[in-house]
Amino acid sequence: MAAKKNAQFDPVNTLHEIEEKFDMFQILNEDGKIVNEEADPKLSDEELTELMERMVYTRILDQRSIALNRQGRLGFYAPTAGQEASQLASHYALEKDDFILPGYRDVPQLIFHGLPLHMAFLWSRGHYLGSDLAEGLNIFPPQIIIGAQYVQAAGVALGLQKRGKKNVVMTYTGDGGTSQGDFYEGINFAGAFRSPAIFVVQNNQYAISTPRSVQTAAKTLAQKGIAAGIPSILVDGMDPLAVYAATKDARERALNGDGPTLIETMCYRYGPHTMAGDDPTRYRTSDIDSEWEKRDPIVRFRTYLEAKNLWSEEKENEVIERAKQEIKDAIKQADQAPKQKVTDFLKIMYKGDMPYNVKEQFDIYTEKESK
Amino acid sequence: MAQMTMIQAITDAMRTELKNDENVLVFGEDVGKNGGVFRATEGLQKEFGEERVFDTPLAESGIGGLAIGLSLTGFRPVMEIQFFGFLFEVIDSVSGQAARQSFRTAGKLNAPITIRSPFGGGVATPEMHADSLEGIVASQPGIKVVIPSTPYDAKGLLISAIKDENPVVFLEHMKLYRSFRQEVPEEEYTIPLGKADVKREGSDITIIAYGAMVQESLKAAEALEKDGHSAEVVDLRTVQPLDVETIIASVEKTNRAIVVQEAQRQAGIAANVVSEIMERAVLSLEAPVLRVTAPDTVYPFAQGENTWLPNAADITETAKKVLDF
Ligand SMILES: Cc1ncc(C[n+]2csc(CCOP(=O)(O)OP(=O)(O)O)c2C)c(N)n1
Repeated sequence: MAAKKNAQFDPVNTLHEIEEKFDMFQILNEDGKIVNEEADPKLSDEELTELMERMVYTRILDQRSIALNRQGRLGFYAPTAGQEASQLASHYALEKDDFILPGYRDVPQLIFHGLPLHMAFLWSRGHYLGSDLAEGLNIFPPQIIIGAQYVQAAGVALGLQKRGKKNVVMTYTGDGGTSQGDFYEGINFAGAFRSPAIFVVQNNQYAISTPRSVQTAAKTLAQKGIAAGIPSILVDGMDPLAVYAATKDARERALNGDGPTLIETMCYRYGPHTMAGDDPTRYRTSDIDSEWEKRDPIVRFRTYLEAKNLWSEEKENEVIERAKQEIKDAIKQADQAPKQKVTDFLKIMYKGDMPYNVKEQFDIYTEKESK
Repeated sequence: MAQMTMIQAITDAMRTELKNDENVLVFGEDVGKNGGVFRATEGLQKEFGEERVFDTPLAESGIGGLAIGLSLTGFRPVMEIQFFGFLFEVIDSVSGQAARQSFRTAGKLNAPITIRSPFGGGVATPEMHADSLEGIVASQPGIKVVIPSTPYDAKGLLISAIKDENPVVFLEHMKLYRSFRQEVPEEEYTIPLGKADVKREGSDITIIAYGAMVQESLKAAEALEKDGHSAEVVDLRTVQPLDVETIIASVEKTNRAIVVQEAQRQAGIAANVVSEIMERAVLSLEAPVLRVTAPDTVYPFAQGENTWLPNAADITETAKKVLDF
């Protein structure tokens, strides 16, 4: 027997009504055509070109990083191809003094925020000098514990607010990350304090092997922000213009004292989860891969820019060559980092006086390392 | 009998218990279709179906709470925490809740939960993956903490853990997963929890270790043998509760001991072992009991871990100090 409907209340309908509201926001379609003229952020020609350069650079960085990892010249690496618009167009809406609290896959944003490439490589190799951040570079090292950056971002946002700064914090996680308690706590805190935070959920469809559909019964991840009482939007994460416009809008609201925003960017990761043995063919088919490749952010932005006479094969090759050269140089520079020593670790951890027993350890390792 | 790596033995233990007891459920992040990021649950979903072997959303505290709730409805949850560095996300369920289930219900309810997790260093993982956090859970009464060092032990101990009425944290050293094979019976067998094993007999000094450090200790024992010293290697296997009888019997025989752990000096299990020896066997000792441990920093970044981790040479050197005392 079907459940009887009560005319006075209908929670099922409430849910459906909210879910229906989350249309995917798009400006530039798969064919590189503007389909939402009013929402076009109207970036200047220089800005459009710069954003494209960053995306192409990042695609090359991804390809090279995968190759370098296979040669044993990099350590931990989480591929980014497919997520360029989500990562770089969201970042493009930030200012230099804004903060970024990244997940482990969000290295490109850090680089364009000012993290030297060779340091990103050192971080990948597991060298502490990769996180020896320059003064005024408002980032955290990539976060390994999923969700931790979300609660911390709420703290940074409150700090900025208390200090009266005209800046925001942006933090990223994946579709899987939205299942962590920290995700809910982070968006709820920032909402409760009306703090200037932008929470980006990069929905690349999989958390390692677990598809989005196993992650939650919610139809969108963006709707989770509604429960925390914060503005939330679902964006085509492979459309750089839409991602940029949504982030820019969120930033303005945050600076006006209107609190945080949640942005779900619908995208795809073409590669494996990380280079540490994940085999995506175990959990997805090549059909799904090619379906998403049709929406490639670089292809569609290229088409758009070419039609405006802002892009050419020649220009793209220049970026590719520059990227390759810079990567080569950065690897060389990373190779020159000193070998890590236990005495360094002890020195970094114990600023000021070492406790007696630690000093003893320091002496033992000093002797060992002098041999 | 089949030759198995430790990870195969672990899979085999779960398969055996899934077969033997319909209340056994296996779940965690990526354990289903993917068979776990290390393939510890490889093939189990296919064999037993998605009702019994399943992926969860990405939330360790959720997984822990789920296990406690399922145990209240008569299931025997075998949950996987993908890496033990993520213990902090689930510590309330493990230490705060499951451990006291029996106590707070006047013994009426228990929590027959097995919490499996890879841990341990030397395999160049990112931060928060390799940390030796066994001391944190071992300091909580109500939980057993098991750390096998061989494929044979791993299967027998894991089956015991699944059958145990208490919450058991079962830690699998990543470096041991595929480092060697051993004969492992295909049928069910158990190794009692809380029982250490003498992995090598000797008469001059006792080396007490667990996990990957057992293998390092065996190498050290070989090196010591070349110098004319006979070392006994005791593998704790269960680090909470400790097998005090085996430890004391060995120390009373050799009159000298060192305790080896991969964890930092201020963390872990070694200090407990030393205390037990001091309280019970001080008069048998010819020298102080020394420890071999990692230094007191957080687990270092990947590229520096091999200089940080204790190894066979450190063990040999410390053993000699005790022998020459
Ligand atoms: C607290 C915690 N649990 C588990 C992991 C292991 N892990 C790393 S990435 C990942 C999946 C993340 O998926 P998602 O959040 O969707 O991000 P994506 O990798 O898809 O970009 C898992 C389970 C972790 N790093 N931290």
